[in-house]
Amino acid sequence: MAGNSGKTIRFPREAKPERGAGAPAPIEVADLTVTYHRKPVLRDINLLIKEGGLTAVIGPNGAGKSTLLKAIMGIIPLASGEVRVFGEPIDRSRGLVGYVPQRGSVDWDFPTNALDVVLMGRYGKLGLFQRPRARDRETALACLEKVGMAPYAGRQISQLSGGQQQRVFLARALAQEAEVYLMDEPLAGVDAATERAVIEILKDLQARGKTVVCVHHDLQTVTSYFDQVVLLNLRLVASGPTESAFTPSNLRATYGGGLTLLSDVLETLERSGS
Amino acid sequence: MWAEALRFLSLADANVRHVLLGSMLLAGTTGVVGCFTFLRKRSLVGDAISHAALPGVCLAYLLFGSKEPHVLLLGAIAAGWMGAISIDLIRNYSPLKEDSAIAIVLTVFFGAGICLLTLIQGAGNASQAGLDKFLFGQAASLMARDVWALGMLSLILCGVVTLAFKEFKVLAFDPDFARALGLRASTFEILLTTLLVAAIAIGLQMVGVVLMAALLITPAAAARQWTDRLPRMLILAGGFGSAAGAVGAFASSLAPRMPTGPWIVVTVTLFFVVSLLFAPRRGVLAQALRTLRGRTVVASENLITTLYRLGEHARDFSRPWPLESILRYRRLAAPKALGILSQLEREGYVRGEGDRWILTQTGFQMAERIIRRHRLWELYLTEQVKLPVEKVHQDAEEIEHWLTQAQEDELEVILSSPTTDPHTHPIPPASRGREGEV
Repeated sequence: MAGNSGKTIRFPREAKPERGAGAPAPIEVADLTVTYHRKPVLRDINLLIKEGGLTAVIGPNGAGKSTLLKAIMGIIPLASGEVRVFGEPIDRSRGLVGYVPQRGSVDWDFPTNALDVVLMGRYGKLGLFQRPRARDRETALACLEKVGMAPYAGRQISQLSGGQQQRVFLARALAQEAEVYLMDEPLAGVDAATERAVIEILKDLQARGKTVVCVHHDLQTVTSYFDQVVLLNLRLVASGPTESAFTPSNLRATYGGGLTLLSDVLETLERSGS
Repeated sequence: MWAEALRFLSLADANVRHVLLGSMLLAGTTGVVGCFTFLRKRSLVGDAISHAALPGVCLAYLLFGSKEPHVLLLGAIAAGWMGAISIDLIRNYSPLKEDSAIAIVLTVFFGAGICLLTLIQGAGNASQAGLDKFLFGQAASLMARDVWALGMLSLILCGVVTLAFKEFKVLAFDPDFARALGLRASTFEILLTTLLVAAIAIGLQMVGVVLMAALLITPAAAARQWTDRLPRMLILAGGFGSAAGAVGAFASSLAPRMPTGPWIVVTVTLFFVVSLLFAPRRGVLAQALRTLRGRTVVASENLITTLYRLGEHARDFSRPWPLESILRYRRLAAPKALGILSQLEREGYVRGEGDRWILTQTGFQMAERIIRRHRLWELYLTEQVKLPVEKVHQDAEEIEHWLTQAQEDELEVILSSPTTDPHTHPIPPASRGREGEV
């Protein structure tokens, strides 16, 4: 728990999250509706993310998975509803939330190197116009080390493979030293080694009491990687522990049964008797 | 004309010094600020804002009846801002996409500006003569007073860029993340647009509205070729802009009423073309060389493996082979093959014996390494990827040149140290000695 460790007063303007029973949940979404050009892309979402959970957000393309993360982060305007992070509006709790956008959302030909990208994760902890300090650099390097990318710190980011770029994004979120991490498809299009490394880091975050929410696309791995699941298709279909919410009927309701991959997963699930 | 050139180059005249200094400062500043426009892929927005400034200049003149630079400058800034806001409004609140919004704003504002300009000239006002320089720019009209005022503005702009460097950088690279950090992204977006509008406004006297975008974008594009670091890119773009500004000021001193803008644009474009072609890593030439080198590596390695396969087939690695035998395996023009073989001989991989060729010890080790990777890959494709045996050779033929030692080791582990490939050819054991590289 970085918030309670020695180097505490990192977010003077933000309340430290309360812990234990009765404390506000890391993420609480109430009656959330998001529209794009007057068309709803998320409708009446009510969601509670449990502390210390490793949650997969799944749903078909265009279901609003990324939009949900962006709405929680306050990156896009809400048409109605409310988002609370540890009981506070997002603008008062940003220091507690780390964010990993989709890898494809940025131009990797930008003139910068891996370490500089990870340093951006420290910007939220720096004052206006303040330059990163030596210890921000140390933190950034340590985060690169954690994702196995320390040897590439000085590498121009377009010279990295897709999996390496994804690790840099993950390291940047780690550098935010947050309590909750929202990640948009951290496993999309990565090699097997990166997938293992990312999962290891997610489990490590969980072991340290952090809360992780990932948009995830691979139904085959949901049960082995995640203990909580959110099924989304414009509306919330179901959410809860993977063993009780990741059911054939919920999956059918989410995907409409139109997916061939889905039938494989359903078969496996039905065989295992859930 | 020679007299004018000498007068300029001697820098004896204070006016010449002002014009030169002013041009370099202004063009340098627009180069620096333009980097962010370029990196945020807003080049066309910059062009639209430049054109949108013209009616502002004319209206400021009509309203205040003054040609004072700061009056016209404020008019340009106001109209430029209106142009920028119009683009956002059209994009956000109409079914039109950004490109249409940009085109509409550019043409409507510029059209209005031309109408006003014609109106002012038609009125025959004695002091109107200066306004048409805003079309193509004229540095020679810069007075000492202007240079100081505009120079101060340049300093402020560069100061803001230095101060807000980290904020601008994250905003340009990953605006969603900037918002997620709570960096007051919209405030900095407004600040960045303000810088852009201000840079355009001060550059107008130099280049004019028509060509202004070139001074924003071209230095940035040229600078990007030479470096992968943003701070260096900003400095380089400033340098390219300044140098082009100096050339423009010089050209405009050669004849009265000579426009500066076209000269600056031609100069800075020349910088860009040179950068595009000759920059070390990103340059067209460097990339062509890399491709060529890659092809040479492939061709050389193919000849080495061919000699190995010939020996393997004849069960005799000590026999030299004539060119015809080699070419039966490799479709290659004889002169080209000979050229590569002599190069390989100079590098110590093959030895010529009369008109026959044989692998040296180094060449043999090299061949073993490539053949080993080729056959490991074939085995991997058949055993793990389950491809049919007859389909794996071509793929292995390409990848054998690029597999790394680490990948070779991993294949070795995955396939549990195999000894024969799917065609039952032996897989050479991992070389113990030093590895040769072409």
